[in-house]
Amino acid sequence: MTDGSVRHKAKTAFQNLYYPIAALLISLLLGSIVILLTAKSSPWEAYRAMFKGAFGTPRAWDETFVKAIPFMFTALSFAIARRCGIINLGAEGQFRMGALLGTLVGVNFPGLPLWVHLPMALVAGFIGGALYGLIVGLLKIRFGASELITTIMLNYVAAQIIDFCVNGPLKDSANSSYPQSAQLFDSAIMPKLMAGTSRLHWGLALVLAAIFFYYFFLWKTTKGFEMRVVGLNPAAGAYAGMSIPKSSLLAMLLAGGFAGLGGCVEIVAVQFRLMLTSFSVSYGFTGIAVALMGNNNPIGIFFSGVLFGGLQSGSLKMQTLTDVSSSVVLVVQALIILFIAGRAMFKIRRASPVPVNVKGPSDPTKPILDTRGDAV
Amino acid sequence: MSILVSFLSSTLMLSTPTLIAGLGIVFSERAGIVNIGTEGMMLIGALSGVIGSLMTGSVWLGCLFAMVVTVLFAMVFAVFTVFVKADQTVIGTGMNILASGLTITINRAVFGASTSPPRIDAFSKAPIPLLSDIPVLGPVLFSQPVPVYVAFLLVPVAWFVLFRTHIGLKVRAVGEHPRACDTVGINVARSRFLAILYSGLMAGFAGAFVSMGQMTFFTENMIAGGGFMALAAVVFGNYTPFGIMGASLVFGASNALKFQLQALNTGIPSQFLVMLPYIITILALCGLIGRSNKPAASAVPYVKE
Repeated sequence: MTDGSVRHKAKTAFQNLYYPIAALLISLLLGSIVILLTAKSSPWEAYRAMFKGAFGTPRAWDETFVKAIPFMFTALSFAIARRCGIINLGAEGQFRMGALLGTLVGVNFPGLPLWVHLPMALVAGFIGGALYGLIVGLLKIRFGASELITTIMLNYVAAQIIDFCVNGPLKDSANSSYPQSAQLFDSAIMPKLMAGTSRLHWGLALVLAAIFFYYFFLWKTTKGFEMRVVGLNPAAGAYAGMSIPKSSLLAMLLAGGFAGLGGCVEIVAVQFRLMLTSFSVSYGFTGIAVALMGNNNPIGIFFSGVLFGGLQSGSLKMQTLTDVSSSVVLVVQALIILFIAGRAMFKIRRASPVPVNVKGPSDPTKPILDTRGDAV
Repeated sequence: MSILVSFLSSTLMLSTPTLIAGLGIVFSERAGIVNIGTEGMMLIGALSGVIGSLMTGSVWLGCLFAMVVTVLFAMVFAVFTVFVKADQTVIGTGMNILASGLTITINRAVFGASTSPPRIDAFSKAPIPLLSDIPVLGPVLFSQPVPVYVAFLLVPVAWFVLFRTHIGLKVRAVGEHPRACDTVGINVARSRFLAILYSGLMAGFAGAFVSMGQMTFFTENMIAGGGFMALAAVVFGNYTPFGIMGASLVFGASNALKFQLQALNTGIPSQFLVMLPYIITILALCGLIGRSNKPAASAVPYVKE
């Protein structure tokens, strides 16, 4: 390895960390202005309480990971579609459909052993999300319908389907008048990772496996390579004989599957039944923030997932310890999205600004192909 | 008969915010900007309208305040998308989360967690003399709050501006072929910037109507998809003001029907009616309902060479 390539690697690593950290710091700073204006507690107290609630104790770490798991799934959903040049705003709906199908399997089939019932529920969740994602891909390929609008519309359709199911066919009318499903059978419930009161569950292993799959598939398989080429430069991909429709469909299938699996895990490991309030956190849209912050990179997604999980669980602690509303965290998350998407404004040197094109590579600092479509 | 009157009347009422916001979005869409942040802008308008009305005691001043605040909020979107040239969709998503966070935080800080909201001056029905006495049509068409009249009167105005004036031509041109516009000396960035601010102005008005016309106070996340509905109306209405009016009426009717069905206890699940606007929008997007007027440079940032 030459000296130059080491320096190049260090430079890339710096660039990969520079934007997220700059965005995080500026967002926290602006968030503190909101705190100053709306609360009596000082921003310092608020952030300290938040940090304590997120990372202060082993118990806090547990909760942070529990909150982070669904975000990592939806982040993978956004990221894999993005790598193929598709903007998936539909993780929200795909997450719901995964939760719905997972619930459907979980409240039926009594008497199955855990090792059959739980995997069945998880597979159902994956399929629910994957099919819902596939609709987006098909509409785009067949009719040229922009995924920007179809995904958003389908999110609302999914919300109504859930609403209908918990008020109708799935409603647990025997035990409650609330619009909610029955509790899942024990055989469909994800075991905890550790004995005791910790809520951390085996979903963590599952999401790590999903992150590894994301890495392995995109960087170590031909299909994944084609997907990235199509995402970076569709013309080059087509010229090299790659099928853009096939890659897009596969990307949306996997994107939906990741989100669906996330929704299913949230039900089988955390909530145990489907409720109208099951989706009070905006999992899909937070996933976009996580993916952006992690630069659609597997390791990046893991760490930014932990950060956002921490923000989520820490915000609740902050609300109990101080008079700062937990919704301040939404402001911070939103600002992170704005500053990372608008990272061009943080460029240190302005010699040759690289235009950030919507249809172009997700990371303009890393050109992977030359103009003929050959890998460099 | 009274059921019909109340159904038609609530259809107009429910389609009004969609129409107002849609008439703003159509300008930014035509200029090549996909304004997914409308949802958040309406939320900002809803809260600032209530605050303005509470401070001044006048719903109209409140509404004006909402429009000013929302334009300032839209300016953030405009700076990021037009000048920083960031991805419009992602910025729009960020704006929605930002609006949700800001409005919840400010609402809790200003009004606390009190269960009984203070009374504010809200839009009341303004029957037009004589015309409102016509049977059926009168109570439906001529006995509405003023913003409803304004919204529908703005439709031909928006059509005229968009298709018969120099401003409209510029807006449409920068959405179709920004490079050509740049060549002939049209300032693409400025046109797009102003189009976004205008869509923010209208979103603020629409949001204020939701909190002070349909309701009489602000509740957290009260827009609940209204901004996306307006975006859908623009797509389904094929990017023309009259089309948007038709789409808003269809969407409003399916919502109004939902309430009627619930009241009549028919047993038809109302969720499917609520789904309807979203599904027809998808069908419209697929080109199953005529040719699309979607601008060629939609969602593509313009980079000067």
